[in-house]
Amino acid sequence: MPTIILFGPLLGALIAGFGWRMIGEKNAMYLTTGLLFLSAFLSWILFFGDYDVVQTIALFRWVESGSLSVDWAIRVDRLTVIMLVVVTTVSSLVHLYSIGYMKDDPQWKEGESYLPRFFAYLSFFTFSMLMLVTSDNLLQMFFGWEGVGVASYLLIGFYYRKPSANAAAMKAFIVNRVGDFGFALGIFAIFMMTDSINFSEIFTQGHYLSTVSFTFLYMDVNAAEAITLLLFIGAMGKSAQLFLHTWLPDAMEGPTPVSALIHAATMVTAGVFLVARMSPLFEYAPGTLAFVTVVGASTAFVAATIALVQNDIKRVIAYSTMSQLGYMFAAAGVGVYQAAMFHLFTHAFFKAMLFLGAGSVITAMHHEQDMRNYGALRKKIPYTFWAMMIGTLAITGVGIPLTYIGLAGFLSKDAIIESTFAAGSGVGTYAFWMLVSAAAMTSFYSWRLMFMTFYGKEKGDKHTHDHAHESPMVMIIPLAVLALGSVFAGMMWYGDFFGKNVFEWFGPAVYVNHTTNQVLEAAHEVSNWVKVSPFLAMLVGFLTSYWFYVINPSLPSALAKRNPGLYQFLLNKWYFDELYDFLFVRPAKRLGYFLWKKLDGSIIDGTINGIAMGFIPFLTRAAAKAQSGYLFHYAFAMILGVVGLITWFAIFGGAH
Amino acid sequence: MIGLEHYLTVAAALFVIGIFGIFLNRKNIIIILMSVELMLLAVNINFVAFSSYLGDMVGQVFTLFILTVAAAEAAIGLAILVVFFRNRGAIDVEDVNAMKG
Repeated sequence: MPTIILFGPLLGALIAGFGWRMIGEKNAMYLTTGLLFLSAFLSWILFFGDYDVVQTIALFRWVESGSLSVDWAIRVDRLTVIMLVVVTTVSSLVHLYSIGYMKDDPQWKEGESYLPRFFAYLSFFTFSMLMLVTSDNLLQMFFGWEGVGVASYLLIGFYYRKPSANAAAMKAFIVNRVGDFGFALGIFAIFMMTDSINFSEIFTQGHYLSTVSFTFLYMDVNAAEAITLLLFIGAMGKSAQLFLHTWLPDAMEGPTPVSALIHAATMVTAGVFLVARMSPLFEYAPGTLAFVTVVGASTAFVAATIALVQNDIKRVIAYSTMSQLGYMFAAAGVGVYQAAMFHLFTHAFFKAMLFLGAGSVITAMHHEQDMRNYGALRKKIPYTFWAMMIGTLAITGVGIPLTYIGLAGFLSKDAIIESTFAAGSGVGTYAFWMLVSAAAMTSFYSWRLMFMTFYGKEKGDKHTHDHAHESPMVMIIPLAVLALGSVFAGMMWYGDFFGKNVFEWFGPAVYVNHTTNQVLEAAHEVSNWVKVSPFLAMLVGFLTSYWFYVINPSLPSALAKRNPGLYQFLLNKWYFDELYDFLFVRPAKRLGYFLWKKLDGSIIDGTINGIAMGFIPFLTRAAAKAQSGYLFHYAFAMILGVVGLITWFAIFGGAH
Repeated sequence: MIGLEHYLTVAAALFVIGIFGIFLNRKNIIIILMSVELMLLAVNINFVAFSSYLGDMVGQVFTLFILTVAAAEAAIGLAILVVFFRNRGAIDVEDVNAMKG
């Protein structure tokens, strides 16, 4: 069954990509979508199974070289099936949604076929992602990791006539390379230390790795710390954590369903999955875990501050995604991988829904993405409005405090915040305050989005507003399904992900070193003010937003005028892009220019041209002069040669 | 008693005469052909002399082959010369420099 789940999307991608001329555009779309729904259905069946032991399905031997031996195998345990469900569900719904969304795209001229290509890319992405989550060794994981990178590149740059889309695609790919370099180094280090890259073997080596060290960059480093840190750098790239996050907002250049699938629900969570999957190593690396917590919490905070002032509807949600990913890492960092997975699971539903809802708004408004031109859309697109409303309620964490009743985000986000507080360490406390303030900001920007889009007065182009229309059913149904998930996913699986039977439910998939890590147990014992704090933060955010954008809409611009420095700082995303441009891009360009002009142009080309155009003609002229054309000159040359030969023989006695 | 040395001396003398015949002569191509023949004969004398000295018949067999080839070569050379004369109207060595680079 996992084999069918895994190769269904690949089959769809191959047929849609290469064979659509034979089966037709429509059939290519329906085929890929159908195969994805099959995968999703089978994944849900798997999801409800028990995973006390890890099952491995070996497909074939992949690499056999020296002591390195790697199978192509499917590892089925709780982590895998969680990811399978998330990936295939969101992917199948996004496929369905795209049938409506991508129809008559204004980027393409009449008669151009772009749909099969789009669906082939989507299915290929899904296959790579499944490859990543089902892998049984690091090499296969790396394969999937790069596969999703390629798919992401192709889909961000799908509108290849837009220069900004191409630039964004390259940026995503290149920034990810930085992280992938760390990931690759981590794999090498693991192989060097344990002589294996199969999960079943390296997972038993956690304690051993924490006792040995190796030399890296002329420093003696603890093996476990160094390996996990390198792996986490890979995760930072993929999951857009602070310092390697600049690609994610730009990735919004891609079509909106792509943003929903890749840059919200699945690919960007690969880093969280990686940390949870490698928990048997991370558990023995307290230093790295502290780093993970700090990076995660800081990302959550920074991204939330930026989202406060962005005006592009997709960018707000993009920064929101980045912020929520920070939550997940913060949870993983304090050792509660289950809470991280819980938030990953619920976040996939409501964030995919917010993105798809935003896509629906964008289609309704004729591809206008600036929220300042929205307003009063509630009546015109009611289904989309309700979907977005549920998504907003879910992401801001609405629920009844001190109970287990609430929308998806309420349970998973509170689980994370409680965990960081329960960790009791310095970084845990830092993360707690960061995350609570981020929760307030989450609520603020989410409601800001709602108020600016659906309430107030119509702004912007009047004509566009008059023609605003509800999306077709094929786009509404995925929203409805995701809405169900956003409402119930938290309540239904709270007990499994974070409650009483968490350890039995996860089985051996997540390793927790109970002697040093009892954060999960402690998280249930935290005092009530901690449990209530995210809810209060949410209320504060909501009320501020309501005051700013409904009661007194002139206030935000007045505030921005009064604090121009802060406003510009946030609007320009903390100047990360400018900083990187100054630190890396321009020096690299200068170096490239230097190498191009000086090294390549002057030295290499100069040498070749000098030899070819100066020295060789000199030789040829000399040789031409020797060709007098007189027989007796040639004969004389022959005699000279013979004399030379004989002399050489006479003196050196031949070739001894 | 006439020994090997005498034969070799004669052969060397003939060979050197042949060489000088080739490149001291500026007038007639036929002389060049004759000089080439002369050098071949010098080599033949060497062959025969060594053959007799070492008691090995192979040298004399070689000589016969060389004579045959030399005859053919002389015939071809003269034929080319006739054609050349018809084209250019002269066979002066100094004028033959069509191969000048």
